[in-house]
Order: sequence, then C-alpha cells, then structure tokens
Amino acid sequence: MNLRARLLMFIAASSAMATVAVPSQAADEKPILIGEINSYAALPQFTTPYRMGWELAVEEANASRGPNDRPIEVTSRDDSGKPDETILIANEMLNDQHIEVLTGGFLSNIGLAMSDFALRSKIVFVAAEPLTDKLIWEKGNRYTFRVVPSTYMQVKMVVDQAAKLPARRWATIADNYELGQVGVAQFKEQLKAQRPDVEFVGEQWPALGKLEAGSTVEALAAVKPDAIFNMLFGAELNRFVREGNQRDLFTGRDVVSLQTGYPEYLDAMKAETPKGWIVTGYPWEQIHTPEQDAFVAAYRKKYNDYPRYGSVVGYTTMKATIEAIRKAGSTDPEKLISTLRGMEVTSPFGPIMFRPQDQQSTLGLYVGKLDMKDGRGFMTDWKYASGKDLQPSDDFVKARRPAEASK
Amino acid sequence: MSLGIGDVLVQLLNGLSYSSFLFLVAAGLSVIFGVTRIINLAHGSFYMLGAYLAVSLTTLFPPTVIGFWGGIVCAALVIGLVGVLVETLVLRRIYEAPELVQLLATFGILLVIQNVTLKIWGTEELFAPRAPGLTGSLRLFGRSFPEYHLVLILMGPVVLGLLWLLSYRTRWGVLIRAATQDRDMVGALGVNDRVLFQVVFFLGTMLAAFAGALRIPVDTINLQMDLSVLTETFVVVVVGGMGSVLGAYLAALLIGLLHAFGIMIFPKITLVLMSLVMAVVLVFRPYGLLGKPEGAARKGILAIELPIKPGSLSFNVFWLGVLVVLLVAPMVVGSYLQTVLIEILILALYAASLHFVLGIGGLPSLGHAAYFGLGAYAVALATSLLGVPTLTSLTIAAFAAVVAAAIFGWFCIRLSGIYLAMLTLAFAQIMWSIALQWVDLTGGDNGILGLYRSPAFASITAYYYLVLSICFIAVLIMRHLVFAPFGYALRAARDSVLRTEALGIDVRLHRWIALIISGGFGGLAGGLQALQKGGAFPDGLSVSQSIDALVVILIGGVQTLVGPIVGAAAYFGVKTEIMRYLGDSWQLVLGLTIILLVVLFPQGIAGFVKQRAAR
Repeated sequence: MNLRARLLMFIAASSAMATVAVPSQAADEKPILIGEINSYAALPQFTTPYRMGWELAVEEANASRGPNDRPIEVTSRDDSGKPDETILIANEMLNDQHIEVLTGGFLSNIGLAMSDFALRSKIVFVAAEPLTDKLIWEKGNRYTFRVVPSTYMQVKMVVDQAAKLPARRWATIADNYELGQVGVAQFKEQLKAQRPDVEFVGEQWPALGKLEAGSTVEALAAVKPDAIFNMLFGAELNRFVREGNQRDLFTGRDVVSLQTGYPEYLDAMKAETPKGWIVTGYPWEQIHTPEQDAFVAAYRKKYNDYPRYGSVVGYTTMKATIEAIRKAGSTDPEKLISTLRGMEVTSPFGPIMFRPQDQQSTLGLYVGKLDMKDGRGFMTDWKYASGKDLQPSDDFVKARRPAEASK
Repeated sequence: MSLGIGDVLVQLLNGLSYSSFLFLVAAGLSVIFGVTRIINLAHGSFYMLGAYLAVSLTTLFPPTVIGFWGGIVCAALVIGLVGVLVETLVLRRIYEAPELVQLLATFGILLVIQNVTLKIWGTEELFAPRAPGLTGSLRLFGRSFPEYHLVLILMGPVVLGLLWLLSYRTRWGVLIRAATQDRDMVGALGVNDRVLFQVVFFLGTMLAAFAGALRIPVDTINLQMDLSVLTETFVVVVVGGMGSVLGAYLAALLIGLLHAFGIMIFPKITLVLMSLVMAVVLVFRPYGLLGKPEGAARKGILAIELPIKPGSLSFNVFWLGVLVVLLVAPMVVGSYLQTVLIEILILALYAASLHFVLGIGGLPSLGHAAYFGLGAYAVALATSLLGVPTLTSLTIAAFAAVVAAAIFGWFCIRLSGIYLAMLTLAFAQIMWSIALQWVDLTGGDNGILGLYRSPAFASITAYYYLVLSICFIAVLIMRHLVFAPFGYALRAARDSVLRTEALGIDVRLHRWIALIISGGFGGLAGGLQALQKGGAFPDGLSVSQSIDALVVILIGGVQTLVGPIVGAAAYFGVKTEIMRYLGDSWQLVLGLTIILLVVLFPQGIAGFVKQRAAR
C-alpha cells in the first residue's frame, strides 16, 4: 500500500474515532459523558497504552451495566503538553459538550492546572498519572482525586533499600520541573531521616526533554558519588543509561531509579538495561494474581498486545470513575465526592481505596532490581509495595493540605 | 566542586562532540537560508526523518560496519530527495511571497511531517543498537570515553572541509556563493536558479538527515526531536551569521563548549545561558560572528502593494454592525460561546499589536510572545503577591510590557530584516527560559495558578464586556495612530528607510516608539489572557506563542488593518474545530490547511477580499 493511501486511510480512521461511542442499548437513554485529557502527542510511549487501558474499562462497564445505569461515553483530547491549552479544552468540554466528570493528566504541571480548573468549575477530577505531591497536599482541593502513587509514596518504596546501601555520597539527577523538583526534595528528606550520615554531593537538572547525556554523565562522574538517585524517564532515561554505560558511570555505584521498571521504558532499553538498579516498575509477565491474570487476558483479547503500566493506570482510573458514578447513582459533584472518599475498587494490582484524608488512592507499585537476559531487561527480586503501607501520618497530611480541601 | 584536569579534558571532548552535532544540523539550515532566504522551520523535521529512516535501514541491513554506515548514508540521501520534493511541491510556488509567508509555509510542512512520521513509525520511541565496530570505550585521562563520540567529534571538521571544497573548488560552489550574495544577478546571468535551488535544498536537507542519522547510536528517536533541535539550531545559525558555514561552526563550538562546562557549574540554568549568548552576540555583532549585512532585499520583508486607506462608508458600516453583534451577543449565546469570543478577542488584540510593528512598521518581530507572556506573569504576580484588583493588575501588565519593550526595542531598532527577527526571538527566549528556570518566582513549568478576577468581573459576561471594551479601544487607538502623521512616517520608513531619513524623519525613534506601543498592547492581551485562564504559564512566552500571532496576521492578511481580527476568528475557529474532531490527525490537517492557504492566498483572507473588492 502506498503512503498516500495509508495516509488517507488514517485520516478516515482517526476522524471516526474522535469520541469513543458505544452502541447504545436504549436509544432514548442519554449517556454519561466523561471528559478525558492527556498528553497523547507529547508522551505517546505512555499515553497510547494508557488510552487502550481506559477504552477497555469503558467497554467492560458498558457491557456489564445494570438496568438503572446510564451508558458511558468518553470524549478524549490531546493537551498538546501545555497547561493553558488544557484549560481551554477542559472549558470547552465542560461548557459546550457538558461533561460530567473530568479525568486524565500525565505531566505534573498539567495535572495541577486541571485540578485548579476542577476547583474553579466545581467538577470532580480523577487524576490519572500526575505524580506531584502538591496535587493532593499543598494545592489539594475537594474535587481532585488521584489514582497513581504520589511522589512521596514512590520515594518511600525505594528509600528503605537506599538506606541499607553502604553509600554515603549521593548525587541526584532529575528534570528541572515539578516532578523532578518534588521527587529529589522528597528523596533527600526521607533518606536523611534514616541515614543522617549521607551527604548529597552533586545535582544535575536538565531542562525537561533537553538532556545532553554525554556532558551530564561526565558532570555526575566528576563529583565522584557512591550512589545516584535518578528520576529521568522515557527518551531521556535511555540516553542517560547508554552514555552512562559507555562511560562507566554506573560501575561500582548503586543507582536508585523511579519508574524505570515500567515496561514502556524498560523494553526500549534492550541490551543497555543496567543490572542491579533499584527501581519501581511493573513486571507484568511475572505477576500471577487473579486480578492481574484477568486483566492481562482481557487486554490481550482486545488488543493482542501485552499491557504496559500506562494500561493499568488508564484502566484503573476509568474503572474507578465509572464505579463512583454508579455507586453515587448521580454525577452530582457533592455526591461523587462523598462516594469517592473511602471508596474501594478492584485494580489489576488488587483492591485499592481512595483515602478520605487526602483523596489519594492506595494503588501501589512493584519494587525490585533490574536484570538483563538475552538482550531484554526485566525486574527481579520484586515485591508489591501496597499504597496502604506507604502513607505518612495523618498529622503530616493535615499540616500540608488546605483545611477547606477536606470539608 | 574540585575539578581534576581529567574532568576538564573529558568535558572538553563532550563539548566538541555536541558542537559537531550542532554544526551538522546548522550547516544545512545556513546553506538553505543563504541561497533561498527561506527560514526553514521544517529543518528539524528532516533531521528527525533522517534519524527514523536510519533506524529502519540499519535494522534492515546486516549489522556490520558496512551495513551501519551504508544505512546512515542511504537515509541521508533519501531524505535529501524528500527535501527536493518539498521544495518542488510547496516552496517553489512561494519564492516571490513575503518572507514571513514562507516561514509560515515551512511551519505547515513541519506539522505535516510530524504527523506523517507518527503514522509511519508509530508512537513507540526507537533506540538503535550501538554502532558496529565502535561499541566500546577508550580510556582517556582515567575516564572511559565512548569511541563513537570520537567519530562524531571528527565529523564536524570533515563536513566543514567538504563544504569548503564544494564552495571554493567546484562550479556549483561558485554559483551557490554567488546566489548567496545576489540571487537576482545570478538569474540575470543565465543560471537556471530552479535547479540551483533544488541542489541547495538537497544539500541542506541531506545534511540535516545525516546529522539525525548519526545520532541514532547515542540518542533515542522520538517524535519530539524535530522541535527540540530546532531552537538550538537557530541559535547556532544566528550566532554564526546567517548563511555563513564557517560562522556556524564557530558558533557551534561556542555553544557546545559553553553547554558542556555550564552544566558542571550552573546545572539549573542551561537554557538561560544559551539565549543569553545569542542576545549578547547579536547586540555586539548584529549580523552574527561571521555574517554580513543582508544584501539588497528583494522585496522588503512584506510585499505591500496597496497602501492602507481609511475604509469606505460601507466598510465602516459593516464593522459597526460587527460591533453591535458583539455587544448583544451575550444576551443570545451561552457561556461557552462567550468564552470562545473572549479568546478570539484577546488573540485579535495580541495579533493586532504585532501587526502594528510588523505590518505598519515593517519590523518582523519573531518574539512578540515576550510581551504577551510578560503581561500574563505581571498580572499573575501582582494578583497573587500583592492582591491588587483586576483593572490595576492589567495596568501593571501593560506598564511592565512597555518597560520591557523599551529596553529590548532599544537594541532591536538598529537591526532590520531577519536579524531583527532573530534578536527579538532571542529576547523572547531569554524571558521564556527565565520563566522556566526561576522556579521560586514563576513556579517553573507549573506557572502561577489560582488567579481570580475582582468580583465585578467574576462572571463570564462581565469579563466579556471588559475584554470587548479594552480590545475595541486598543484597536481604535492603533488605527488612529496609523492614520496620524506618526503612522505615515512609520509606513514611509517601512517602504524606504533612505528616503524617509532624507526627509528628516528620525526612523529609529519612530520605530522605537512603535515597538513600545506594540509591546504595551501585547502585554495587555497577555494580562487579559491570564485572567481568563486563571493562570500564567511559560508557554505564553514560547516560540509557538509568537508564531501563533504571525499565523493569525498572515491568515487575515498583512495589508489590512482588520486582518488580525479576521485572522484571529478564522485561526481560532479552525484550530479548535480541527483539534476537536480529528484526534490524532489534527497536525496533518492544520499543516495542510496552512500550506494551501499560503500557496493559494498569500495575501490572507481580508487581503483577498480587499483585492477582489478593488477589481
């Protein structure tokens, strides 16, 4: 097939899929419209499986709906990676298309903008992937709920193992934006609390998406750290790892790295996979719980592909949102808020709950070490870190979260 | 931090490797600009295509040394041919159009290529294996240094040498150099400039693709690489001097080394450093390190045939009607359409303020976002830190933008044409990188959120009327100035600086004042936008924000005063509708729309109507 024909086909196909419509069982029933916004163009490696995940959840929900449940329809848009564009789209979804709940988000800065929009417009926002702690604490509000583990939780998953390492001189590398800044600060604070003798000897802060790997690796090596804490992900992570491998940055050094075990990032590293890194991730092929098996089977059946971490996030976010709407029997924001607070839902990782204290879900993540065989990376020595065990004290939360956010 | 001599030497090599890469991309852009005078925004796209194709080819070919380098070279050659195709299909038709129209066309090409790449290679990022034969590392100064980087370091001087041989030892080189100096004269001497342009385009895009292909063993290949390389490339080309290949090499060295050592000393402000270098170089050497002043401009930056005259009676009645419709609109339409109208009005004000310097003053500003974003941040900071009411904060926004425009403008008025465009871009980039990297003040990527308007303007309808009245008054003021002696002097200077100066008019002073006025209104638009969105974000200062204003003006038409208003409505409408219904393909459709508009209606919508009416 020539390029032109392929292009025409794609144009036709994509214009047909702007909204994921559902064959309606009763034509007179008005579907519930959920608005979904995410960085599809900017971060496709994560958001493509993410979209496949939530589409699966919508399909399941519509297939299993009871006589009193209205069908679910989702309108989904790309945020162009820009907060102001996101607000514009959210506004259009709310005032023109009349969505009843808002979901989505990947980048932390966009998540914060969506959460501010939710507060302003009094609409419930179920955040999928923005990781920053501010979303539930300092800038938290009543309307915002979050599914994925916060930066605090992710750091807490790895910090115990980091504290057990003999390393005393640490260096950090993270993108100079919300997630990186919060993550590094959290890591320093939590590690210092357990190990007052460690010192942080160097920091690298590449601008998001602008990592010049060679010079950065060398600058890290120049401070001669014993261990490195990394928060790069996606394309930058791969570049960093290859340069680091070739320049022996990681030999004789321990590395703690958030998110590196996600299949969407790990699979791209292939033979470069650095052995022994302590990472958070999703070793889907090795997990065998009833929930996980069911999810993988359903996902494979629909897409003939294996799930990535994004698929789990998309699926769980949409599933939780729909279940909340059905349990509340309404899309009234006040009813939804009181339903979601403390609500339990079954995720591919097992049952999770939205904490009433800060509206954060207790979804966890897998922590383990990286290894490589036959040019493919995988996680070993992994265990599930449940979100329930990773929470700070209620006083800690109270001191950070605005009082009116918990009303 | 104590640095050993080994650290410094290895970092020097890293800087050289990065410089080589920058040079390879920049050289192609510089060659293309030198001959065709086209600012090719799609240059980064060819770089990206080269990388993608190289990954496919090197996986297809056997994993040997020959297979790898064969794949790299084939990818570069094929993409070079794609460049020729683009030149023939699109750019050839618009060589006579104003330069900014050409710039817009290349922006459309960028969007199309981005989407086509997505369709062909998918969203997954690609990571090629290490280069066969060069997988290891050398021990240098007690450090491991990847062998492949040594090849990259050498590649810069090698390509520079080859380009020099081509320029000074071949007939084509003579023609290319001649065309760089005076294209019309080369044509008059009987050289077929069609073929010449094709060759130049082939050379330029091939170099870009070659640079991209060389990156695959060190870089992941993804859909964001076209834009991420573009700004750096522009910095290099401008600092080196547009059209000068040797200058591009020197600039690449400067930027590459600065970056490598900057990372060790100021890891948090790498972006600011680069824009700062560009601004400093342009202030002291306005034409770049080795650039020469632009030769005789073919047609001025904007070809304007019909002088702007006050509208006829029917024209005025029509726009009065539009105003009446806008005044009664909130009684008829719902809150969503009101916010759409607010967005369009703000965009129109922003574009009109740029039009004032660009269309009337003939100063091609590529950094108008500086004022827009500054206005937004001024409002955000004044509201969140000082708690001032809405109208006061808007005044502060306009004032802040006026001050910034006075400072930037003072440097800019000494330049013209493409160098002016680049200096304005450099200033905007400095503002943008400060907004991104001065996290404590600006919130970095998060921007400043949670702004609320004073109670009087809290409702959408009330704010709509505020925006409408401010935009209306601002546009009237600018219109008044255009037909005042000040405006005539400005327009005279646009059409001929020499004659205007001979008349005793201080051209620089007039331009400076025009820039200040335009900056103030731009800042006002930014302030209004911040209050509309409830926040200020770094994107308000970004290149794409500047390009938005250009697109609006060019769609509407440069030659008319209502162009920005018509353009704002058309652009906003098309963009939101396309994005809404086309999902993944919006870039493709928007890109094709822009290209078609540019090729079919180079004079814009309002310009087209005006021309038809004049017949």
